[in-house]
Amino acid sequence: MSETKNILLVGVGGQGTILASKILAHVALGQGWDVKMSEIHGMAQRGGSVVTQVRIGTKVYSPIIEPGEADVLVAFEQLEAYRWIHTLRPDGTVIINDQKIAPLPVVAGAATYPETILDDIRAKVATAIVVPALSLATEAGNSKATNVVLMGVLASVMPDVPAESWQEALEANVPVRFLEVNRKAFAAGFACER
Amino acid sequence: MQSSNLTKARRLLMGNEAIAWGAIAAGVRVVASYPGTPSTEVTETILRHAKDYQIYAEWSVNEKVALETAIAASWSGARAMTCMKQVGLNVASDPLMTLAYLGVKGGLVLVVADDPGPHSSQTEQDTRLFARFAKLPVFDPATPAEALALTQAAFELSETLQVPVILRPTTRVCHVCQDVAFTPPARPTEPRPATYFEKDPKWVILPALSAKKHRWLNAQQEAMRQWVNERQFNRLITAEPGQGAATPLEGNHDAPLAIITGGVSLNYIRETLALLGLSLPVYHVSAPVPLDVAPILAYLQGKQALLVVEEQEPVIEEQIIVALQRAGNPLPVYGKHSGDLPREGEFSLDLLLPRLQQRLQAAGLLASPDQAGIAVESVTSAALPPLPLRTPILCAGCGHRSVFYAFSRATRSKKSVFTGDIGCYTLGAMPPLNATDTCLCMGAAPAMAAGFSHVEPDRPHVAFLGDSTFFHSGIPPLINAVYNRAKMTLVILDNRTTAMTGHQPHPGLGITAMAEPTFLPDIEQIVRACGVQWVRTVDAYDLAATMAAAKEAIAHDGVSVVIARRECVAIVRRLGTYRIDQEACRLCGICLKKYGCPAIVADDSAEATDTNPPVRIVPEKCFGCGTCAQACPFGAIVREEI
Repeated sequence: MSETKNILLVGVGGQGTILASKILAHVALGQGWDVKMSEIHGMAQRGGSVVTQVRIGTKVYSPIIEPGEADVLVAFEQLEAYRWIHTLRPDGTVIINDQKIAPLPVVAGAATYPETILDDIRAKVATAIVVPALSLATEAGNSKATNVVLMGVLASVMPDVPAESWQEALEANVPVRFLEVNRKAFAAGFACER
Repeated sequence: MQSSNLTKARRLLMGNEAIAWGAIAAGVRVVASYPGTPSTEVTETILRHAKDYQIYAEWSVNEKVALETAIAASWSGARAMTCMKQVGLNVASDPLMTLAYLGVKGGLVLVVADDPGPHSSQTEQDTRLFARFAKLPVFDPATPAEALALTQAAFELSETLQVPVILRPTTRVCHVCQDVAFTPPARPTEPRPATYFEKDPKWVILPALSAKKHRWLNAQQEAMRQWVNERQFNRLITAEPGQGAATPLEGNHDAPLAIITGGVSLNYIRETLALLGLSLPVYHVSAPVPLDVAPILAYLQGKQALLVVEEQEPVIEEQIIVALQRAGNPLPVYGKHSGDLPREGEFSLDLLLPRLQQRLQAAGLLASPDQAGIAVESVTSAALPPLPLRTPILCAGCGHRSVFYAFSRATRSKKSVFTGDIGCYTLGAMPPLNATDTCLCMGAAPAMAAGFSHVEPDRPHVAFLGDSTFFHSGIPPLINAVYNRAKMTLVILDNRTTAMTGHQPHPGLGITAMAEPTFLPDIEQIVRACGVQWVRTVDAYDLAATMAAAKEAIAHDGVSVVIARRECVAIVRRLGTYRIDQEACRLCGICLKKYGCPAIVADDSAEATDTNPPVRIVPEKCFGCGTCAQACPFGAIVREEI
């Protein structure tokens, strides 16, 4: 890695973006890189839109990723991918969990959930990887491991990071009793078809 | 990429964890706090290690009590700390202002977290201004690594000069994680020596002492500046503060434009300069109050302009403007007063880049706007339709929802006013409940309902606040309402925790922050002791009982209190799931459009109709509270038998 890499994780409160970002930051730390990670807490667990910013590199000053500066956008939900797509560089990669979670205005009939998200994004972005992370996690044994499936996909686009670094990060951040399920989920994400 | 030196243990530390470890390393013995975003994790980290390091830590009922607890520890000779969010200092300001005069014995540090943006606060107030008001030193860390170092320094300064010291991190320090070279200090093996409070008139504030101590505090300002100056907390940047080997910045020291930064702005400015390919020195201020202007004036000799970059208020800028004026130096100063930078919100590269470019060009340091070819290009979102907002909502199964719904049904036809308060239940203001008409600050709901009743006696006035907020500042206004013959109803939403900030314990739970069992007061008894004649405790999940209580309570001539109890869904197990009986459902839309539980959604698989859409309950989200089944007029929501 020659310069700073900006990775934005976006999703819905309760989807595990913060644990995912901790795994990612742990990996970066293991590589001896500078890490800055910024989260906004507060109401995160109450179903709001959540974003975590991770910047890694030789020397990282700002903890914030500016619009148009994300190398990788990891979206845990379709609408959130759309909401944050402006943060991606034109040559960046977006990883999208194909899950849809309707926000309250949609549920209450005051707004509609956009139907063309995936097609629109594919037309705009150099690399769009859409994965059924929720079903892959469920197959691995726990739907809550959706976040780790997405870390597996992320690992597959960061080939210069050795596989054992990710395994170490999983062990350091996941409770022992869930480790096996999460290893499976990670492998499923890493190997899944694009 | 070269791996950096790993000889020192490098850990990923959140800013708030770094502050806690700084305090532990400084030998803190007492920590008393009230939770509030973005400050909460400081005390939570202390609590995790309290027993190992022989620290007494508590969640106090409010910030004033927390500070007073810490003051007692300090006057006994122990190092003490109190942590709160910026608006918490408003509550703690009364003891703080006098403490500034009386001073401390053991080092005393107030961690007051500011929240420019704001992300999760009711104001964007700048605690550095509070420090100026109280004439106390404040440290303003730029990174978690610097927060670790400045926390330790704050204890030392406090004890040396016998003044309390404020550490003011912002959200982008508190909730930023960074790799920090750090090893936890060794755990004490022996019991720590006892402290002893020495009786002395100097601890008793009386007007004669005030006059004397005010002069003392003013005289201490010079000592504060001197102390900071010796440690070079305000400095020309040569290396990342708190980091390993220094890498001298090969800056253009002859540049005609000087740049001074405060707090997190340093990060954005260094990033912006790197982006522009410029190697300019930056004078960084970590100790903005009282600002030691002498070295800054010396640095500004020969400069043609100054740009001051600090979030929120022009605290550094104004002190420099005064110093320049007194020195007869006509140097132009750009910042807030010039209109270059806003006083509101957070800074970012996007915000700073054009403003910095303009000043750099004027100084002849930058040829043209695109010198570095950094016109930001992005995957545009301009073509996107307006996206539905995803704001936070009350959880599925939250007892606040059913109580708001019940009170709205029971009283809204009478044009009732619902005064709200600070907590998860502030979300009651959101559609479809729309059940909060006012929200001001902690503990305001009962006082405001009483206040309204004196000017609009013919409307029902209903105040809502949570259990933790009741203990924080809800009891005095309740006594006031009874005493002053208000006609109002107080609803205490007792969910058995401090939910919003992450489930801290409080006096209503029978357990301390250190996980020790303690006396469990009965809220109903407290309410009766305040003089309230009409009190009823209901199950928040019993809609009929809550509605009946609501009707009786607002009919009562005087102050009435309804205690609606149900544990926060985040701290108890699910009760099961419910489903829609599609045969019985009449598509009235009440559950979907009036009740607003996130587990109840329109059924996409069903055919579109002209009426309300068919609904379904998402089993993974449903908590099983069954309140929607009570709200359904057709009995079409039924418990799923497992």
